[in-house]
Amino acid sequence: MMMAAASQPTTSATTDVLSYTIVIGLEVHVQLLTRTKLFCGCSTAFGAAPNTQTCPVCLGLPGSLPVMNHEAFILAVRAAKALSCRIAEFTKWDRKHYFYPDLPKGYQISQFDLPFSSDGKLLVCDSKGRFAPRTVGIVRVHLEEDAGKSIHDESTGCADSRIDLNRTGVPLMEIVTQPDLRSPQEARAWLNELKLLLVYLKVSDCNMQEGSLRVDANINLHIPLPDGRIAKTPIVEIKNVNSFRSVERALLYEASRQWDEFNHTHAEIGSSPKQTRGWDDPAGVTRAQRHKEESSDYRYFPEPDLVPVTVSETELSLMTSAQGETPALLRSRLESQWSISAYDADVLVNQGIAFVGYFERLATILSDGKSASNWMQQDVMRMLNENTVAIESFPVRAEGLAALIAQVSSGAFDTSRARDIFSEMVKTGRSAAEVAASMGIADVGDDELMSLCRELVACNPKIVADVKGGKEQAAAGLLGQAKKKNPNVNPGKVRQLCLELIRAM
Amino acid sequence: MHPGDMSACEIAGAVARGDISAFECTQAALSRIDRLNGSINAFLHIDAEGAIASARSIDSRRARGESLGPLAGVPIAIKDVLCTRNVPTTCASKMLKDFRPPYDAFVVERLRTSDAVIVGKTNMDEFAMGGSNENSAFGPVRNPWDLSRAPGGSSGGSAACVAAGMSPIALGSDTGGSIRQPAGLCGITGLKPTYGRVSRRGLIAFASSLDQVGPMARSAADCALVLETIAGHDPGDSTSLKADVPPYSRLLEESLAGVRIGRVAAHFTEGLNPEVARAVDEAFAVFRAAGATIHDIEMPHARWGVPTYYLVAPCEASSNLARYDGVHFGHRTDTAQILASHAADRTQKNNIDSDQADSTLVEMYRKSRAEGFGSEVKRRIMLGTYALSAGYYDAYYLKALKVRRLIRQDYLNAFEKVDLIGGPVSATAAFPLGEKTGDPLSMYLVDLYTVTANLAGVGGISFPCGLSASGLPLGFQLQSPALAEPLLLRAADRFQRITDWHQRRPHLEGTLQQP
Amino acid sequence: MAISRSDVAKVASLARLELSNVELDTMTRDLQGIVGFISSLDELDTSGVEPLAHPLGTQNVFREDIPTDSLSLSEALQSAPRHDGKYFLVPAVLGETGSA
Repeated sequence: MMMAAASQPTTSATTDVLSYTIVIGLEVHVQLLTRTKLFCGCSTAFGAAPNTQTCPVCLGLPGSLPVMNHEAFILAVRAAKALSCRIAEFTKWDRKHYFYPDLPKGYQISQFDLPFSSDGKLLVCDSKGRFAPRTVGIVRVHLEEDAGKSIHDESTGCADSRIDLNRTGVPLMEIVTQPDLRSPQEARAWLNELKLLLVYLKVSDCNMQEGSLRVDANINLHIPLPDGRIAKTPIVEIKNVNSFRSVERALLYEASRQWDEFNHTHAEIGSSPKQTRGWDDPAGVTRAQRHKEESSDYRYFPEPDLVPVTVSETELSLMTSAQGETPALLRSRLESQWSISAYDADVLVNQGIAFVGYFERLATILSDGKSASNWMQQDVMRMLNENTVAIESFPVRAEGLAALIAQVSSGAFDTSRARDIFSEMVKTGRSAAEVAASMGIADVGDDELMSLCRELVACNPKIVADVKGGKEQAAAGLLGQAKKKNPNVNPGKVRQLCLELIRAM
Repeated sequence: MHPGDMSACEIAGAVARGDISAFECTQAALSRIDRLNGSINAFLHIDAEGAIASARSIDSRRARGESLGPLAGVPIAIKDVLCTRNVPTTCASKMLKDFRPPYDAFVVERLRTSDAVIVGKTNMDEFAMGGSNENSAFGPVRNPWDLSRAPGGSSGGSAACVAAGMSPIALGSDTGGSIRQPAGLCGITGLKPTYGRVSRRGLIAFASSLDQVGPMARSAADCALVLETIAGHDPGDSTSLKADVPPYSRLLEESLAGVRIGRVAAHFTEGLNPEVARAVDEAFAVFRAAGATIHDIEMPHARWGVPTYYLVAPCEASSNLARYDGVHFGHRTDTAQILASHAADRTQKNNIDSDQADSTLVEMYRKSRAEGFGSEVKRRIMLGTYALSAGYYDAYYLKALKVRRLIRQDYLNAFEKVDLIGGPVSATAAFPLGEKTGDPLSMYLVDLYTVTANLAGVGGISFPCGLSASGLPLGFQLQSPALAEPLLLRAADRFQRITDWHQRRPHLEGTLQQP
Repeated sequence: MAISRSDVAKVASLARLELSNVELDTMTRDLQGIVGFISSLDELDTSGVEPLAHPLGTQNVFREDIPTDSLSLSEALQSAPRHDGKYFLVPAVLGETGSA
């Protein structure tokens, strides 16, 4: 992996600069989880054969007209409300004009001066304390339609680009943040928090690989100069990042690149137009893209084919009433309700609604949040990963796992035996009792245990001598033998009983 | 009576009764079209096969006793701005000369359900931009009353078709007067409904907040019959009104007693031809005699109607026509030529310069659009693009929208005092072909009396009210508040019961230039 | 605001319209006339007047999120000037994709 090392701020005789602040703002496009497109009834399903999900409306054929998808509007309002945005009472649609083969109408229906929401925020915390909690302001969230895809295969030397219009018209929510982020790490964490929120709200599946979430990052540096003034480097917009990790890597690279450039040129913001750079992930660098001069004149004007939308208070509460808990609220509730740590709550919530639901059912039955949390984080997670299954289709229900854990608490199985049983439960879908019986795991009766221990003590004079000599830990040597003779024995009980027998000798 | 001279109402009744077959009516229309279209050029596409097939199907269904739609057997022509499935739809433009839409417009669906027989697509000003039908890429339409004169536009083909008796009814579209003005110049009746009354789905857009589809016929009664069929809410058009559709053709009887009609003195400026002015005032007298009262009203902002229209419409048009880029449909220039000339340049460079490769695409756009669009269309696209471009929006488009509100307010104020507004539809009778083509502004002014109705979204109808000394039709216009089509149609129909201007016919046999 | 020949050339570029030199001259003259004519709107005082974009003030028109039939692949491509049976084809587009 090649990545330019982040330059450390230094003092130097010429620049005499002591440190710099990284300033980051994000522009996130999120595809909404509707069944159909924003203005027509074509399916939004991912992965269809090219140009099989189009109609006169999304193809922009002459005479076609758009009609707004109500569900898209509702999902967008829910998201904006959860982001603490103000929802406009009156909102309208605008046309944004540019010519491109993947934009069949020659304009995109979007929102310009009266977006449906504005002035929100989203807080991100790091449960490991690597950065202080950061509240990122949200300038606006608006609704617009997606464009299609143009595919150009340079390697074949083909003279044509191929256009697939399946994606035109898919509903997109555009979220624009204030430049409140102060490190690439924060940016990545914030994106994770945003994704978690939107997934919880069932507004989007935020899958960057499938293109349902796209990020452009804006970054510059604020550099305090010796004369007290703050120099600001020109803002760069980074495009073509395909994962949250790439966002972080690209921002790290770009920050150091801007630092180096400033030290060479002392160029400040305003000295050149805003630059766009593309992230080249394999090479680990950003590259300047061609400056398109007139692409910025979008000639916005109100969309005459769509009528404005008004949202009253009543309608707003109807739209947002069913939306469920946000991750932030869920974390604090789990913490207080189940007496688990903030870290634990964070891990659980990060796994999603279904996982949390499972945890809560488990914790309820056990009346023990901590135990449930441990089992979820360790054993359930491991089983999910090993078997590549999602919690929604997990073969063991919370009730079944609770029964197993109860057995462990009562001493019937030790933890390692319990894990074996659990593994088998997952494979077969059977109950703890059934699995234990079929594996021949049974509680070892007191008499049987006593005779086993007597045998062990009798056959291990050296260990007995060591224990009597004060080294109680030597008794551990008996446990392996005990397991060999009877795998069902509880090692703890064996140890305790053997010690008692030895002490009585 | 020859079916070509029967009204839509008469044909519908006769076919329903079995007095005449749909086939006979259709055949009569087609043969008249065949005879006359060469000299009038009203049709761009004649669908003889489809029409005969529809007609035969109607006749066999009738024979089997099945119920028929209200327009069964009535031939109708459709302005080529409306999409007809798998039938050429060109907007009289080279850009769309081979375009066959995979769907019908809403109004076309309605007509098919009503069993009207679609005989063909009529000529028009390209993309509905014009007032004389001289902007067609496929030759101008000639006024059946005088083949050296324009029929008006942009629905010139539909107007000429009806005036010449090629079909009793036609559909047109009206953005700034494009139904009413050609109806006036061709001596027929044309209605622009209230904005949103008729769905625009499948109407190839010129200016979305102004366009409406409407009927053109030789009588208000026929217009009422057609409007009943095509009007109504369409969930596929967000600007379509939910209001119920009244049975217009059954609401024509009521008298006009007590109806108040406004007269705008400012209409009668020196630009208004004296013969027109006289015919218009005679029409007012007819209404007075029919029991209506005439009141002087003012429309103080009307004189800014044309400049407002020629800002709003081109802005919207420049946007609506952005999709004609040669990528997914429509005319594409010969890219092989562009690539060849770039290849010649490229042999001097090592790699494909991405600027140059992109510029092939840009050149493709620029040439395709330059080749596909006629000069009036280009002018309006340029004007609209300019007015919407950075720095000009407030001064032009936004300003125009504010004046639009003032114009609408004029109507609202006027309709507190009167129920209808009467007046001229055109300042002159039909003008000679070529008279106005050298000066775009002079062509724009033909819309003087009609644009404000589109800006305000209200309804308007024009119908003949006289003949000039040289035998050319003179037209009268009535405008109504939103959704007052019943009153509009009833008033025009009453006029047509009292007078017979609408029954005059051009002397076609004598003016034909071919056997 | 007088419109110059270079303004017109820029607009032609924005509108993706190729104009020959002669056409550029004619267009400039035509547009100057029309813009001059339109400027009569400046005579009106519109301060305090709200713009009217939609003539009849309808609001809140929606449709339900219910799938409807799409065009078949062949129908979608049927009007395309160039296609390969699966995609629309255009001369090579290199570099970044469009805006969104």
